[in-house]
Order: sequence, then structure tokens, then C-alpha cells
Amino acid sequence: MYVAVKGGEKAIDAAHDWLAEVRRGDPAVAELSLAQIREQMSLAVDRVMSEGSLFDPDLAALAIKQSRGDLIEAIFLIRAYRTTLPRFGASRPVETDTMQCQRRISATFKDVPGGQILGPTFDYTHRLLDFKLAAEGGSPETPTQDTPDLAAERKPHVMDFLNKDGLIETAEATDDTPPDLTREPLELPANRALRLQNLTRADEGFLLGLAYSTQRGYARNHAFVGELRIGKVAIEMDIPELGFSIEIGEITVTECETVNQFKGSKTEPPQFTRGYGLVFGQCERKAISMALVDRALRWNELGEDFAGAPAQDEEFVLSHSDNIQATGFLEHIKLPHYVDFQSELELIRSIRTAATAQADTRLAAE
Amino acid sequence: MDDQTNRRNWMGLLAKSAPQAVKELCQTLSETHRFTVLRQPETGGVMVRGRTGGTGSAFNVGEVTVTRCSLRLDEGTVGHSYVQGRDKAHATQAALVDALMQTPAADRIETEILHPLRETRARQQAAIQLRANATKVDFFTMVRGDD
Repeated sequence: MYVAVKGGEKAIDAAHDWLAEVRRGDPAVAELSLAQIREQMSLAVDRVMSEGSLFDPDLAALAIKQSRGDLIEAIFLIRAYRTTLPRFGASRPVETDTMQCQRRISATFKDVPGGQILGPTFDYTHRLLDFKLAAEGGSPETPTQDTPDLAAERKPHVMDFLNKDGLIETAEATDDTPPDLTREPLELPANRALRLQNLTRADEGFLLGLAYSTQRGYARNHAFVGELRIGKVAIEMDIPELGFSIEIGEITVTECETVNQFKGSKTEPPQFTRGYGLVFGQCERKAISMALVDRALRWNELGEDFAGAPAQDEEFVLSHSDNIQATGFLEHIKLPHYVDFQSELELIRSIRTAATAQADTRLAAE
Repeated sequence: MDDQTNRRNWMGLLAKSAPQAVKELCQTLSETHRFTVLRQPETGGVMVRGRTGGTGSAFNVGEVTVTRCSLRLDEGTVGHSYVQGRDKAHATQAALVDALMQTPAADRIETEILHPLRETRARQQAAIQLRANATKVDFFTMVRGDD
């Protein structure tokens, strides 16, 4: 148990002053601006927004600067800030089929209408360090072509094409208001909407590990990436004072839909089932992981067997996915625990004395 | 297009445009038009929702920062704004533009402010589209088997 301690103010102030100094680093090196972090460390910014559960690139850049690049610390700062914001309401669900895609690929449908768009990807790079970047670089070239027809560029979901024969389960819309983790504590069993909210703000590394475990055979569900798309979607909200809805902004999201083999069960015919990932920013590893874990957690609804795998265990996954909860509990054990430890010490000493006395008596008897 | 569709369009455009662009184009507006602020610019969060499987029921993804403002022109028209981000001047200018678009000044505002914003947006979208189109790929499957 954590107990209050007194004193140490001077030392704490000095520690924080030193922190500020090492955060700045060598003063001979130019200081980072928030715009530089936002523009040039954009995937770190995206991760902080996704796990911090607040889309605001400038705030995420500030948090990264303040935390010296410790992304979990940055996420912590964003979560804390988020709680100070009044809630204006909830948006209508974003319509990802209207996205202007920067990237859109399908591993299952080679000739997908609208085409496979690689976008700004690390795929197919050789993962060799590029020493050109160590030198002062110029600006990359931009292609010049005729102005494209934006209206013709709308990309429908790949699943719509794959589902022409009805071989894929469909996701039906209801008017239910989804539960909100930021308003009500997590209660189990959770419905899919609550699970998805938990997963979209979950730690990327934790989800990656779980998703990988399903691929290696712990509740294998044979996932293929049906579609992965990244791009901007508009956020639309009903405005009470207007009596109609307007677009209040635009955010970049990553969406992943997996197609999973499914032999059928007592309740469902053999068909392809789906896992779903939707994450703020460009976070494709996270979106794919989310879709695999989402699918693994659906075993009960689909009438599959519980194989005892961690990725299928809702209580295990949802209770341990949040890196702020996890780090809060983990890191508190380094804070002063003197009183508790004093009692532990006394306990051990008394047990030890008793044990030694017993041993002495046994020796004497022999 | 009816009035409501038009209003949704310009309010959406103002919300999605960069704060700097809106403020630069609106620089002289607050000097030439007198108004009373009804609701001070206020920053808050809006919970963004997604759809399960892209087409199914809603779930909560996370929040986005939004700033809103309401004001009334001295001649009586009320303007509202909800703009992305935390820029209070952006929200105030957007509410002012919303009010003015409902007055005879609409044509001038359309030409001087909304049209340039729309152009900027179209240019940015076209640039992304060009880039995306250049990375469009055709994968060929190799023939399997031994004959």
C-alpha cells in the first residue's frame, strides 16, 4: 500500500529542475519546435493521439516534447488533459467508405475496384539505414500531373465486393447508444462496442503481442487483411442550437478489416467472419492487431470453443490493455513504501527468530 | 440547394479549414462588423464514433478537440461555430462568417472568404490524390504448379 510521506520538497524541486535541463539537452543543439515534432515525428504523434484517446496533433506534439519522447508518459499527459475538457457531445459514426484514401490495400482481393494504393509506406523498403537522412536533406520531389477528379476517387469497402455471394458475415447497424469507458467503469461481460473502444485506446505493444499469439496458434483464427485503409474522414455532429448536423472537423484514421476462416458452429453456417480495427491517425500495426484481437474475442458470439488462449479471455485482455492503468499500478511500487516495508521486515524477523529457535531446539534434542 | 444545405456546407468548410487561413482571410471582418458574443469561445471534446465492421453499430473511438462560439450581429442575426482544434479566434471568426452569410453581405463573404478556403481545400485534396494515384499498384500472381 502507498502511504503518504512528508518532506523532500527541496530535493523534488531540484530533481524537476534537472529534468528540465536534460529535457533540453545540449544547449548548443537547436531546440525542437512543436511544429517539427508534429510534422516530422508524425507517427509518434499519431500513437499518442490514439492511445491518449484525444485527436489533437499539436497537444500530442507538446506531450512528446514534455515527456522527452517517452510515449507512454506523453499518453499519460494527454489522458490527464482530456479529463479537463467539457464534453460537447458525440459525433455521428464516421463513414469510412467516404474516406479520401492515402493508402488502401487488400491482401485478399488483388483486382479490387479503385485499385491498391500503397501510400506513404515502410513496406517494400529494405530496412537499411539511410545515411542521406543524417546529412541535411533537401525536399523530396512532388509529382506534377493533371488535376485528378476527386468525385471519381471514392473507394467503397473491399468487403462489399467480396460479399457478393453472401459468404461473409455482415455487420448490421442498430441505433443503440454505445457504452463509454470514459464515463462508466469497465463492466464484464462487455459487448463488442465496449471491447472495440477498449482496444482502440489500448497499448500497441500489448495488442501486437496478443494478435501475434493468435497467429502462432493460441486461438488461431486464420486472419487475412481484407482491407487496410488510411485517410481523412469528416466528423459530423448534430448541433442542438441549429437543429441539424454539421461537419465539425476532419481526422486521419486507420481502418483494418480482416477476413477469417470459419468452419461454422451450432448457430452460424460456414462462412468468412470478420475482425475490425479503427484507430486514430496512421497506426496500421495497431489497427491490424486490433482486428485480430477483436475477432479472437468474438468466440462466444460465434459459438466457437474457448481454447483457453489469452487473446480469447475478455477479462484478461480488457483489464490489461490500458497502458496508463498498467503503468500507474506498476510504477507506484517505486514510490515510498517505508511503513509497509517496516512491517514486512518485522514479520520476517519474527518468523526467522521462531524458525532459528525451533532448529536450535531440534539440534539440542539430537 | 436549400438554405440548410448551404449553411451546413459553409459551417463545415470553416470547421475543417486551417485556423491560420480563416484568421488571415477574416482579418478585417471584426473591424467592419459590430457584434455581441452570446457564448464566449469555449474548447471542449467531442466523442468520435466509428461503426463496427465499417457498417455496423456505433462504438466510441476517442475524443477530438473542438471550439465553439455564438454571437449576434448588431442588426440581430445570430451566428454559430464549431471548429476543430483549440483556436478561440478561429471559432469567433467562423461564427461571424456564419452570421454574415445570413445577411445581404453573403455574396461578398462568399467571394472573399469562403471561395478562397474552398480553393485551398481542393488544392490540398488534389495534391494527396496525385500522390496516392502515383502509388497505385497492380499485383500479378505468378502461375503456380509444374506444367
